[in-house]
Amino acid sequence: MHIATSPAFKENARAALANAGLQKALARSGPSFIARRAAAAADLPEFETLRDTARDIKNHALANLDFYLEAYEAKVLESGGKVHWCSDAGQARDTVLAICQAAGARTVTKGKSMIGEEISINEHLEKHGIVPVETDLGEYIIQLRHELPSHIIAPAFHLNMEDWEDAFRKAHTDLPADRQFAERRDILIEARERLRSKFLAADVGITGANFLIAETGSSVIVTNEGNGDLTQTLPKVHIVLASIEKCVPTLEDATSLLRVLARSATGQEFSVYTTFSTGARRPDDLDGPHEYHVVLIDNGRSAMFGTDFQEMLRCIRCAACMNHCPVYGAVGGHAYGWVYPGPMGAVLTPTLIGVEKAGHLPNASTFCGKCESVCPVRIPLPKLMRHWREREFERHLSPAGVRGGLAVWGFFARRPALYRLATRLGAVALGLFGRKKGRFARMPFAGGWTAGRDLPAPEGDTFFARYAKAQRSGAVQ
Amino acid sequence: MTKQAILTAIRRGLKRGSLPADQAAMLSGRMAAHPRHLIPARSRLPASGQVALFVRNVEAAFGTVASVPDSASVPGAVADYLAAQNLPGSLIMAPHPELQAIPWQDRPLLEVRQGRAEATDAVSVQHGFAGIAETGTLMLPGSPQRPVTLNLLADTAIVVLRASHVVGAYEDGWDRLRAEVGPMPRNVMFVTGPSRSADIEQTLELGAHGPRRLHVVLVGDPAPD
Repeated sequence: MHIATSPAFKENARAALANAGLQKALARSGPSFIARRAAAAADLPEFETLRDTARDIKNHALANLDFYLEAYEAKVLESGGKVHWCSDAGQARDTVLAICQAAGARTVTKGKSMIGEEISINEHLEKHGIVPVETDLGEYIIQLRHELPSHIIAPAFHLNMEDWEDAFRKAHTDLPADRQFAERRDILIEARERLRSKFLAADVGITGANFLIAETGSSVIVTNEGNGDLTQTLPKVHIVLASIEKCVPTLEDATSLLRVLARSATGQEFSVYTTFSTGARRPDDLDGPHEYHVVLIDNGRSAMFGTDFQEMLRCIRCAACMNHCPVYGAVGGHAYGWVYPGPMGAVLTPTLIGVEKAGHLPNASTFCGKCESVCPVRIPLPKLMRHWREREFERHLSPAGVRGGLAVWGFFARRPALYRLATRLGAVALGLFGRKKGRFARMPFAGGWTAGRDLPAPEGDTFFARYAKAQRSGAVQ
Repeated sequence: MTKQAILTAIRRGLKRGSLPADQAAMLSGRMAAHPRHLIPARSRLPASGQVALFVRNVEAAFGTVASVPDSASVPGAVADYLAAQNLPGSLIMAPHPELQAIPWQDRPLLEVRQGRAEATDAVSVQHGFAGIAETGTLMLPGSPQRPVTLNLLADTAIVVLRASHVVGAYEDGWDRLRAEVGPMPRNVMFVTGPSRSADIEQTLELGAHGPRRLHVVLVGDPAPD
């Protein structure tokens, strides 16, 4: 398993803020994702309605998931494939290994799969003498650098051109040392040539799945590079890694979800390759795998049903939430310390590795609400993060300072007259003290804030007072 | 058993047992009827408008399109395209009856083989099942007559598509597939433009692991309205 550094989120975040390369990458790439999604949404008048449709389809699928999973399995069997049900990461790893060993596999090519990261399949295969080769360009360099992806659709989001050049020079030592990497294209060409031979030599191809379809027993992958398709077409065995919540009823349901997926993710209208795979090679087919295995993984999902977090199972992994998150934009993905970063990771990670390890993540949010406002399946991410904060508090996992502060605040909040008096006195006093500069460089009990920036001084009344005044003057209802 | 444990855990969370027979029948009915959801209005056009939208969208996704009046004009269009790109005239072609009926011998400089693609093939010719106008997407269901490797391995992928097979939305493509092919083929690819990657500094580069060029030869007239 990947060792989670989520408990050290604060230290990770501090290091990320001081990492010049990362800050350069974040400044370059963050705004472009936001602009591309906005343009794609604006180009489709039905986009907002389609988000409702997408939410409703996933809700329907989840409410009947037991039925649809069984229907799905029956169809996979009918088309010559096999479904392996796995409760946890360990069982899934062993299942994949057994299939690879039965195929006599020496090398395995891989399409990008977040569940593959979640179960650390690469380490497990390596430990047993099988060489996994990541073929998505971003995943390939992550593997060369022995890192986790820092983004769920752009794994190498945190890297710059010089990092690519450095990693390729270190890894491809058989190529001339004096070769030039003048532009991005040179990196791409070298990776294409290097990986082409791996695609052809691999005994097994492992992909993830964006959707599973009960109607037909199909698994769906969505890529731009074509690496996932080469992975699932050329080797004699294709293994699909999928978590249980990926299952939707029909081709029409999947199609509607696809309309919001690419637009929310990269801002494309449709990804270059959207492929539906159904079973093993048919008689007379000239290509395609001879064996088709689906490793269907629970790993904590079934326990989310009936809880506050069931809504998280709607997630289609588009990454819009992290692309729009000010916290992700400041610290990048690695600070979150495990497989899933950003707002979706802040909700999902505590369910998968425990709130005692990942409690910082749902706290690392300004609750600005941007994530929810762009989520294609309308997951109320801030609300779910708040549920985690409540659980953390109830289980006495939050630090004494936080608990003490909340207790003081709670005392006043339950006594509105006292609260208003106290805040009014505070606002007036701070306004007087800060009159000269309009801000405070230091403030007792607010050192965490003022260490990084100044605290603005209040300029007059409290919000309550101003609101009451505005009401009296008729400015607000 | 793991399967039962997972299903039981889901049901426990949903606070129910297995679905009662009437509800299960309703869900089976929903799968059999596979109802459509909202379909964007943009592709609701007369056939000629759908073809124009398809061409525009293929080009927006960095593909190219050549329109020809009939099958007999296909070899010339392919030869001209390859010459313009400075590419060799050796093709690996899908063993599909419609492609086999094309008079390739009219262009003796084109060397046409049939079968699946290998890594050494530079140019492939695939049979297009449908074009989806909504996003300029080619629908390519795999079959012995339409090998999947032809979509992937060659540097230059050429797809021959009848203009009358351009439809509006993906759902129209699914309906045609169900009607003409029947059960789900092993592989159905939707292809929108040539292979690309933005993994290096989130900047678009064409030609990642799949074809660097995607060229559509559109044959004949749109379907009559």
